[in-house]
Amino acid sequence: MLKYTNEQIAAMIAIQNLHKSYQIGSNSLPVLKGIDFNVKEGEMVSIMGSSGSGKSTLLNIIGILDEADEGSYHLDNIEVKNLNEKIAAKYRNKFLGFIFQSFNLINYKTAVDNVSLPLYYQGVSRKEREERALFYLEKVGLADWSKHLPSELSGGQKQRVAIARALASDPKVLLADEPTGALDTKTSYGVMELLQQINDEGKTLIIVTHEPDIAAMTKRNVELKDGLIIGDTIINQVRPQLHV
Amino acid sequence: MFNIDRWQEIFEAISKNKLRTFLTGVSVGSGIFILIILLGIASGFKNGTEHQFSRDASTLIEFWSNRTSKEYNGMNSGRRIKMDIYDYDIITKQYKDVLEYEAAGFSKGNLTTSYESESGTYRLVGTMPDRLFLENATLVAGRFLNQRDYEASLKVAVLGIPVAEDLFKEPESGIGKIISIGKIQYKVIGVFQDIGGERDEARIYLPHTTLTTLYNTTNSGSSFLFTLNPIANYDLALAQTEAFAKQVKEKLQKRHKVHPDDLTAIRYNNAVENSKDIYMLILGMNLFFWMIGILTLIAGIVGVGNIMLIIVKERTKEIGIRKALGAQPKAIVAMVLHEAIFITSISGMIGLLLGFVVLEIIGGQIQTEFILNPKVNFSIAISTVILLVISGAVAGYFPAKYASKIKPIIALRDE
Ligand SMILES: Nc1ncnc2c1ncn2[C@@H]1O[C@H](COP(=O)(O)OP(=O)(O)OP(=O)(O)O)[C@@H](O)[C@H]1O
Ligand SMILES: [Mg+2]
Repeated sequence: MLKYTNEQIAAMIAIQNLHKSYQIGSNSLPVLKGIDFNVKEGEMVSIMGSSGSGKSTLLNIIGILDEADEGSYHLDNIEVKNLNEKIAAKYRNKFLGFIFQSFNLINYKTAVDNVSLPLYYQGVSRKEREERALFYLEKVGLADWSKHLPSELSGGQKQRVAIARALASDPKVLLADEPTGALDTKTSYGVMELLQQINDEGKTLIIVTHEPDIAAMTKRNVELKDGLIIGDTIINQVRPQLHV
Repeated sequence: MFNIDRWQEIFEAISKNKLRTFLTGVSVGSGIFILIILLGIASGFKNGTEHQFSRDASTLIEFWSNRTSKEYNGMNSGRRIKMDIYDYDIITKQYKDVLEYEAAGFSKGNLTTSYESESGTYRLVGTMPDRLFLENATLVAGRFLNQRDYEASLKVAVLGIPVAEDLFKEPESGIGKIISIGKIQYKVIGVFQDIGGERDEARIYLPHTTLTTLYNTTNSGSSFLFTLNPIANYDLALAQTEAFAKQVKEKLQKRHKVHPDDLTAIRYNNAVENSKDIYMLILGMNLFFWMIGILTLIAGIVGVGNIMLIIVKERTKEIGIRKALGAQPKAIVAMVLHEAIFITSISGMIGLLLGFVVLEIIGGQIQTEFILNPKVNFSIAISTVILLVISGAVAGYFPAKYASKIKPIIALRDE
């Protein structure tokens, strides 16, 4: 028991006995039925499971976009519970970066302005925002595309911009919900290679995916079924070059 | 409030969403435009009514003098009292804060006026620039006497329309012509019309200084005409004008050593006494005018509120993204409000200017007797815009609040 607690303290994400159900009319639909889940700093975890098993729900709770009904959640040793909107926004901005299946870029903003948006909400000066945004765009290989609108970019490029944006505020954890779901295989592997590189630099990543080959590129695979974790294995990370 | 970054965000949102901005602008701008036109017509209607129903300015207070009818301090009754320009100067100086229009008048008859082979005898009135308003007269052609004519004692004349018809057949053709009155030549600078009729129209207005100097009666001013700054409430206006008239009369009596109870020496007529109906009519017009204003304002509030709700709904996803990236609720409220207020003010100003331009263009062409000079008081128009912006902000606050409560997970769900 003591060992478990020490492990929890060292964890970036520590979740215990998490329950979540959705109210549909007068019925309650349980989605998460008691999740225990710890992630240490620097891990790269994939979450798999059939549709409706609760993957996105779990990720949203980790991302403080949604709240659990029961159980505890610590993010970097801070308890996340009953946060008001203001604090939740602050934690999202400081600790978390999101990557979505449909990119969710703001369509009237250029790549560099999209990337600098989290910094805008941190109150960083315009000049510094621009510098940092350009740094991350360069990191994802899109320095030359900084002045382009999302509509002028390919799917893979859009996802790279979204990754740069998620990195811009230098968060503790990156959360990606099916980041390759809208991309073809080759582009997907390119994106995964980038995510691996980011993880290699020490960032903690949690990736929800349907695709076993994508999951194979992470370091640990968690399997969800009907709101419970049914498998949690450390795997040998596959590097995408091997597939190409 | 002033935050360069927020302005930049807004300019970006505006310039990248031109159609949306344009539609919001058009609805607010056209609202203000219609408001200005309506207010203009309402005030034109008011002016027209005022003009239609009164021979002289409906608030005119006129003083004149005659022989005394009572002995006083050893002076006989029947003494002729002549109010002079010094009396006039003292009164205008003392009451300059309450006087709206002011003029002294000096009349002279018995002189023949002629142009080429046409001639006639008309009353000559030496007077001052405000006389036009005090008589409720309107210019048919040319201009009225101005301050320069008065100060330089120029030999210029403004003719009543029957006078101009006698001398020139076509009244307008008289402008710029030289006429002679007695032995002196004058240049015709204007022709006026006065619904007071023959009595007020068969006359020629000359600068007061010109007439008094020429006929060696430098100091004479046989009548004084005043209006006080307008007050909408009839009872107050009556009380104020009566008090003014009594004080002035006492002062004149004292200066000319007239018995305080002398009924004939110094007399006045206060037109306010007989214009209760006009006051009531104007009050009614003002109510009508404000009704229109307030209804338009309510329409504006609802309009702005609706547009902002549409904007917020349309931007649900964007707002969800911003919140996921760490935007605080108040940042979202500020963003929505700031943009809406900015667009509302700019387009409101454009609508305001267009309204003024259109009023200016059509105003002069309206040929109805009941609409005169349809203009909008600029400060009322500006305060309407300010009020609309404030109301827009109030109306927009709820959509903005709604926006700040948007749940990012719901906004971001892929469907
Ligand atoms: N806001 C909500 N209200 C009601 N039910 C919800 C809501 N969000 C999710 N659900 C339900 O909860 C269950 C789990 O949803 P979740 O999105 O977590 O599944 P998922 O594992 O991500 O599935 P997928 O692979 O299809 O994305 C589903 O049955 C879904 O219909
Ligand atoms: Mg999902």
